Amino acid sequence: MSDETPDQAATDQSPENVPAPVGTQHTAGVRTGMFGVHGTGDTSGYGGLTKAVEWPAPSARPYGGWFDAVADALVAAAASAGVEDALRSVVVHRGEITFHVRREDLAVVGRVLRDDPALRFEFCAGVSGVNYPEDAGREMHVVYHLLSMTYNRRIRLETAAPDSDPHVPSLVAVYPTLDWHERETFDMFGIVFDGHPSLTRILMPDDWPGHPQRKDYPLGGIPVEYKGGTVPPPDQRRSYN
Amino acid sequence: MSTDQDVYAGSSETSEGRVFTVTGQDWDSIAEGLGEAAEERIVVNMGPQHPSTHGVLRLILEMEGETVTEARCGIGYLHTGIEKNMEFRSWTQGVTFCTRMDYLSPFYNEATYVLGVERLLDIEDDVPEKAQVMRVLLMELNRISSHLVAIATGGMEIGALTVMTMGFRERELVLDLFELITGLRMNHAFIRPGGVAQDLPPGALEEIRSFIALMKKRLPEYAAMCNANPIFKHRLEGVGHLDLEGCLALGLTGPVLRSTGYAWDLRKTQPYCGYEDYEFDVQTWDTCDSYGRFRVRLAEMSESLRIVEQAADRLAGLEGAPVMVADKKIGWPSQLAIGSDGMGNSLDHIKHIMGESMEALIHHFKLVTEGFRVPAGQAYVPIEGPRGELGAHVVSDGGTRPFRVHFRDPSFTNLQATSVMSEGGQVADVIVAIASIDPVMGGVDR
Repeated sequence: MSDETPDQAATDQSPENVPAPVGTQHTAGVRTGMFGVHGTGDTSGYGGLTKAVEWPAPSARPYGGWFDAVADALVAAAASAGVEDALRSVVVHRGEITFHVRREDLAVVGRVLRDDPALRFEFCAGVSGVNYPEDAGREMHVVYHLLSMTYNRRIRLETAAPDSDPHVPSLVAVYPTLDWHERETFDMFGIVFDGHPSLTRILMPDDWPGHPQRKDYPLGGIPVEYKGGTVPPPDQRRSYN
Repeated sequence: MSTDQDVYAGSSETSEGRVFTVTGQDWDSIAEGLGEAAEERIVVNMGPQHPSTHGVLRLILEMEGETVTEARCGIGYLHTGIEKNMEFRSWTQGVTFCTRMDYLSPFYNEATYVLGVERLLDIEDDVPEKAQVMRVLLMELNRISSHLVAIATGGMEIGALTVMTMGFRERELVLDLFELITGLRMNHAFIRPGGVAQDLPPGALEEIRSFIALMKKRLPEYAAMCNANPIFKHRLEGVGHLDLEGCLALGLTGPVLRSTGYAWDLRKTQPYCGYEDYEFDVQTWDTCDSYGRFRVRLAEMSESLRIVEQAADRLAGLEGAPVMVADKKIGWPSQLAIGSDGMGNSLDHIKHIMGESMEALIHHFKLVTEGFRVPAGQAYVPIEGPRGELGAHVVSDGGTRPFRVHFRDPSFTNLQATSVMSEGGQVADVIVAIASIDPVMGGVDR
């Protein structure tokens, strides 16, 4: 054994082993039990198990590769456009970078991402709504996938709105392709895109009650009888969690 | 209105004015009945059940004479809630749903979803080579069959019925290959997280080789039939014009984007499934019109055939190699085999789990009943489908089912260009413009 003391702490030598600082891990929602059975029917002994759902934590610099160049350019361009605090956090996970943006600044950030010569995200692949009922105050997430054909880079832009005030600024003026995509997200989640030229339902009938992709909207279905047995609808079947 | 008018073309008074129902008979009787109102603008409601609208697409055309002044699409008639349904099934079962979206390119739907799941599982590098080569092989065969339908139905809609019979004749050969390899002509659910469902059956490579040889003779027939055909060119040239700026603003990708001369193809720019190992060229045209899109599709089929040939050569050297990840907690355990009662688990597998290995039995039971867990996070892995960028935004909360899956279907996005492409043109050109977009309503409505 060497008697030299290491001049670097172990965590400095391999920074990837540093645990995430307490409080940065974003948790929303808990998983209880183990086999999807609840109440008196649960004889598994795992009924008391609770496990928090942990989402990928915000990343610290350096993000790696071209991610830093885009982040620098975005921060600088947002500042010169008058929205210094637009960027809430940056998540790098599985080789994809997500910029979480304050929703009131979304329209400005979208324009900057498209027009800034160092960013040039001229192509938007669409909007995807995600409903996180457990994420208090940020239940409705809106996710954009942007592509820069100039630099061959892909980023994800994410913003969130509370369920009580599901309003997000429309990006149709920046990316006209989002016309139908925002209508679909409104149709499916009830998220209102302020400034959209004609926000109406697109897939569901005009008089449909409710927004089907929300987590509180039931899947529906009827039991199916087959050879004397009855199969309950998918959302009422026994399932694992 | 005259009393001897066609009984199937009745009219009724509504709050919007008088509405006529026309189902394909003589328009003269309708025009006579209009009388004074004939001078006013007409709104023609075309579809949703109309043979020229590629399935159940409803077109709302505002006309002045034969000229379309406004064109709008009504969609949603094929909405089946596939994204919602996937949230109630395991990650592997999800493939069975999303393969049914764009029914002309099922392998692409499966592939983009599966690539997203694999990225979240962090097993992208562990998927065996043979599985990746088989995916490429199936996807490129699928591109040929999809483009054949695009050309066939596009030809049918302008009255070139021979093009239709030729297109469906060759497509049938591709579907026969799919049936041989996956067991099904459509809706295969064959590409699974971690690999593909089955190894190639015996004799498949010979069938693929004879298909390639046949297609090398047949594909030039399309060129000889259509490329310089004056009627074909007159109907297609300059129709459905959309330039590069228009494509980028409206998010159009695929053959429509490449018909503007921009060689953007995700297989080259952001390769997946090992596309960087294949030799092929990105096909472009520079006329920004329907004719250019036809030529791009035609040339892409030849390129796909080149890729299929290379994939078949590689598969010949990969006999017996695994087609599913080695991780027993992800890879579906059993291989299917033909039993006396049809399809079933292979006897070897049943012997293994029932007689030899308790662990294997546990894995089998857990995977089949519960599925596997996917770490929390989100992924988006777009691929170059026959119609453009197809991507799945896959979100997991760490459970055994998708938390949310959203598909960015190229048909849905590209169909937005209908108004830009057809307003100011003749009503007959609307059909050509839509056929050049090649929308598949199953993918549009999901």
